[in-house]
Amino acid sequence: MAKVLVFIEQREGKAKKASYELVAASAAAGNETHAVIIGDSVSGLANESAQFGANQVHLVQDAALKLYTAESYSRALLAAIKTVNPEIVLAAHTPMAKEFMPFVSVMADAALATDCTSLTFNGGKLALKRPVYSGKASAEVEFTGAGMQMATIRPNSIGLPKPDTSKTADPGSISVDLSGLKTKILEVVKGNSARPDVTEAAIVVSGGRSLKNAENFKILEDLADTVGAAVGASRAAVDAGYRPHRDQVGQTGKVVSPSCYIACGISGAIQHLAGMRSSKVIVAINSDPQAPIFQIADYGIVGDLFQVVPALTTEFKKIKE
Amino acid sequence: MNLYVCIKQVPDTETKIKVNGDGSGIDTAGIKWIMSSYDEFGVEEALRLKEKTPGATVTVVSAGPDRVIETLRTALAMGADNAIHVELPETADSAMTAKAIAGTLKKEAKVDLVFFGKEALDVAASQVPQLVAAHLGIPAVTVVCGIEYAGSNLKCKREIEGGSFEMVEVAAPVVIAGSKGLNEPRYATLPNIMKAKKKEVKAVKLADIGVSASDQKIKMKNLQLPPPKQAGKKIDGDAGVQAQQLAQALHNEAKVI
Repeated sequence: MAKVLVFIEQREGKAKKASYELVAASAAAGNETHAVIIGDSVSGLANESAQFGANQVHLVQDAALKLYTAESYSRALLAAIKTVNPEIVLAAHTPMAKEFMPFVSVMADAALATDCTSLTFNGGKLALKRPVYSGKASAEVEFTGAGMQMATIRPNSIGLPKPDTSKTADPGSISVDLSGLKTKILEVVKGNSARPDVTEAAIVVSGGRSLKNAENFKILEDLADTVGAAVGASRAAVDAGYRPHRDQVGQTGKVVSPSCYIACGISGAIQHLAGMRSSKVIVAINSDPQAPIFQIADYGIVGDLFQVVPALTTEFKKIKE
Repeated sequence: MNLYVCIKQVPDTETKIKVNGDGSGIDTAGIKWIMSSYDEFGVEEALRLKEKTPGATVTVVSAGPDRVIETLRTALAMGADNAIHVELPETADSAMTAKAIAGTLKKEAKVDLVFFGKEALDVAASQVPQLVAAHLGIPAVTVVCGIEYAGSNLKCKREIEGGSFEMVEVAAPVVIAGSKGLNEPRYATLPNIMKAKKKEVKAVKLADIGVSASDQKIKMKNLQLPPPKQAGKKIDGDAGVQAQQLAQALHNEAKVI
């Protein structure tokens, strides 16, 4: 058993599911689990952490924490660490935590392992695994010292149990000195996509160059929208201008591990496979029976994606009804 | 203006990874080494800034075994003025690497901007730029895909999830970790490649900057290749039948839909 502090990431008052995966995993292992929520006015989120198993919820609230900066959030998390005095600090591996957790590790003189995909608690210590070479290999992480252990865990690595909605939290407040900040957010420019991010989605529908143009991605978007999936793309499709770089899955794009990855018209270059092979279930739809993607697919369809994908959309709709 | 770019040498992305004897890393025999592609955005950004700033210099820094000097020469051939090789063992983690780079930069007369790539293509820990900033006591902005410069002020466009961006204002000295979109990196010309071969590369030893093996905080062990996958299920028939069988399998068998 260890004392664990989980950073609950929120933007605009909505918490990341991936943060709750960590709360639930820590609580299930019998740890004394603390959750800290950082923001402007975030007390409304406190109960959710308790419902996923947190023993204690802490709030670091300040008008200056409304919008995230690495500088302000690292100070806020450090204040929580000083109050809770945990042995282990966890956060979801997201654009936010990825940026500010290294600062916290220096400020707290802790060891930090990032982008882990497997997490267990072993006698009060973390046992972690992470992909290396974009998933071409995986490694165990060994902490060399006895100090505080910090880790960021890739979303969807653990899975989310059902919350116990009968529980409520009695959150404590932690204050933080935010004077003399050097970075300022001028504006947050919101993306126009209603779909989840490829790195966070439980299902990813991805397309390659065989889609032939940007407009044809509509059939993948339609399929994705029936099941709340993200739309990804191969490097070839991104280089051809069919999709923006942020959608690129692979070694020079995003590395994803959803519960289901549906590759449409993607042959499976080594760099692409590296970015998605840790997905739990892989579906490949491709007209070329020799495409390397079939070697790692759990379900393979040799066929014309322009016929199969719309038919699959119809079938998914039937299941969802 | 003193511009620094920290670059990492990594295996070419085409490389098939083989695990070394004790599982602590990869077998490096026969590997073709390249500059980690996100770092190229850092080099290019520094060069563009130098070209419009009279008196500016660009110094590239790489930490690693002797072979990283080749990658430093690539950056020199692109147009960097100076190169520093920090002699770091292959097995160093992000913490030790950052301490060595920060220690090296602290010995420089003045540091205005330090560019990195947002992550390296090998371990992709996304730690070293921020750790270096923390050791130098300056801010960092990461995953930057656009910068507007106004004197010592920078307006950075930082990519976050869901296609959204944060516009971050910050003043030098600052660490910037660049991403795709920041610029289009140039290619080195042949004459410049020849010239870069003769340029001096300054060596920094860990003992000179007070860094030792005890600065390492994590280690990789039991490196493994992904287990070979069982042959998957091929679904035959016309498109309608294939789609129906796949949907049922994902729903009832794999239970992911």
